[in-house]
Amino acid sequence: MEIKLDGVEGSLVLIKQGAEARVLESTFVGRRSIVKERFSKKYRHPSLDSKLTIKRLNAEARCMTKARKLGVSTPVLYAVDALLHTLTFEFVEGQAVKDILLDFGSQGIVEERLNDIATQIGDAIGKLHDGGLIHGDLTTSNMLIRSGTNQLVLIDFGLSFTSTLPEDKAVDLYVLERALLSMHSSCGNVMDKILAAYRKSSKQWSSTLNKLAQVRQRGRKRTMVG
Amino acid sequence: MAEKKRLIALGFEGSANKIGVGVVTLDGSILSNPRHTYITPPGQGFLPRETAQHHLQYVLPLVKLALEEAKITPQDVDCLCYTKGPGMGAPLQVSAVVIRVLSQIWKKPIVAVNHCVAHIEMGRIVTGADDPVVLYVSGGNTQVIAYSEGRYRIFGETIDIAVGNCLDRFARVLTLSNDPSPGYNIEQLAKKGEKFIDLPYVVKGMDVSFSGILSYIEATAEEKLKNNECTPADLCYSLQETLFAMLVEITERAMAHCDKKDVLIVGGVGCNERLQEMMRIMCSERGGKLFATDDRYCIDNGAMIAYTGLLAYAHGTTTPLEESTFTQRFRTDEVLAIWRGKESSKVNDHET
Repeated sequence: MEIKLDGVEGSLVLIKQGAEARVLESTFVGRRSIVKERFSKKYRHPSLDSKLTIKRLNAEARCMTKARKLGVSTPVLYAVDALLHTLTFEFVEGQAVKDILLDFGSQGIVEERLNDIATQIGDAIGKLHDGGLIHGDLTTSNMLIRSGTNQLVLIDFGLSFTSTLPEDKAVDLYVLERALLSMHSSCGNVMDKILAAYRKSSKQWSSTLNKLAQVRQRGRKRTMVG
Repeated sequence: MAEKKRLIALGFEGSANKIGVGVVTLDGSILSNPRHTYITPPGQGFLPRETAQHHLQYVLPLVKLALEEAKITPQDVDCLCYTKGPGMGAPLQVSAVVIRVLSQIWKKPIVAVNHCVAHIEMGRIVTGADDPVVLYVSGGNTQVIAYSEGRYRIFGETIDIAVGNCLDRFARVLTLSNDPSPGYNIEQLAKKGEKFIDLPYVVKGMDVSFSGILSYIEATAEEKLKNNECTPADLCYSLQETLFAMLVEITERAMAHCDKKDVLIVGGVGCNERLQEMMRIMCSERGGKLFATDDRYCIDNGAMIAYTGLLAYAHGTTTPLEESTFTQRFRTDEVLAIWRGKESSKVNDHET
């Protein structure tokens, strides 16, 4: 599918329609790039919708950049357009961690590769958290492995925010744990490996992991009535 | 399983403030499904002890009524199904005790059923939804569920209180009537709301949190109403818009995450027409379909327990008498959905 937009250089090719944004491929000053366009959601109240769209666009632009400063690889941000609600950033060549783990699930696990990925994930989250950055949507679809270098790249910072509270960090990890359990239960306990790397990477690991234990309890022991 | 005689199950549901007894056959036809709801005065919620007393009082008349309406005798019943959990302890105990007694008098096998799974299975058979993402929203549960590798797995859920609980407790702030349900009265009042009031909006990945919104609206409602900044209707409207937008958003995230097109809404809050409308818009934007049921099936009932129990029974599962216990905590993903075993996991199918 090809969409031509006036004023934007190069052609835009739709790659993926996500939950709240269209992801298109384009070129930016001769470089291969990704354009992420947030669109309005018709089911939402208009004022709630515009509030959320602007808030997330800003959050994503700021947090992507901040994450890079903290030493976590993210796509390089090229441009922000607050009117069209678009972000333009580097095209990262590589597979999503979700697809790699699903392949492990169906074709058998390559232990060495799995360990490497889990270590990189734990290390990256530790760096983010120590820098006071919460990703907010840690799922395996939001992690890429760059072809060639095998480096982990985090994407989709639309729900990111800054916080130093152990609670926010723990919920961030809990979201990831749940995503792993529901999607990749056949890969064994990836979360333990991630947490082991997190402990090495984050100086404040102990308060975060204590809180994580509490958050888990909350999820499971919450009274669930009909 | 192909017998000349059709399989019939009797199901008991009593995990919250409703006691229901239903009779169903394996093809999903409901022969009878009477229920009775314990309604508390405005401004009050239902407490375990009183609710259990209510259930005790109504359960046996309901059994008689269910058998009469279905025009069957106890001999025609193949299995007795009951809600093992999750729910409130004391009310759950009522069905568990009744089922044990009846099983010994009538010499019929018992099948324990997970309440959440029952909602899903009932929704699937009533609407014909094949493999949807399920949004299960009620007074005690808020979960986004999809079938994957033999189980119903929870992709997103509330990390504190349930959406129905949030609505019910706000209804108490406004002292709305609990008849037929607080949520219904909020829905009606919200239709008159015009002004949208900014409330916190809390989505964490595929999870949501409602307790902060409730505290905020509880703390500010009185003041806002006193200063004539808004009407109770505006508050109901804004609360619904905010809560439901969060629910639709996490459902959409789950759909994008597991590549499924359709949505099924089950549970008491699922009757809300505004929620259904918002979800329908979202589904049509994604080229999918919304499957929703009305209050006959959305709200807790005996038939859904009977039907789900019967599915398990038809696949060779029964619960021995000594294991026919109840539990307040019973996760949706603890149940092995053997009746869906033949279908391969659709998540994996087209991912690889």
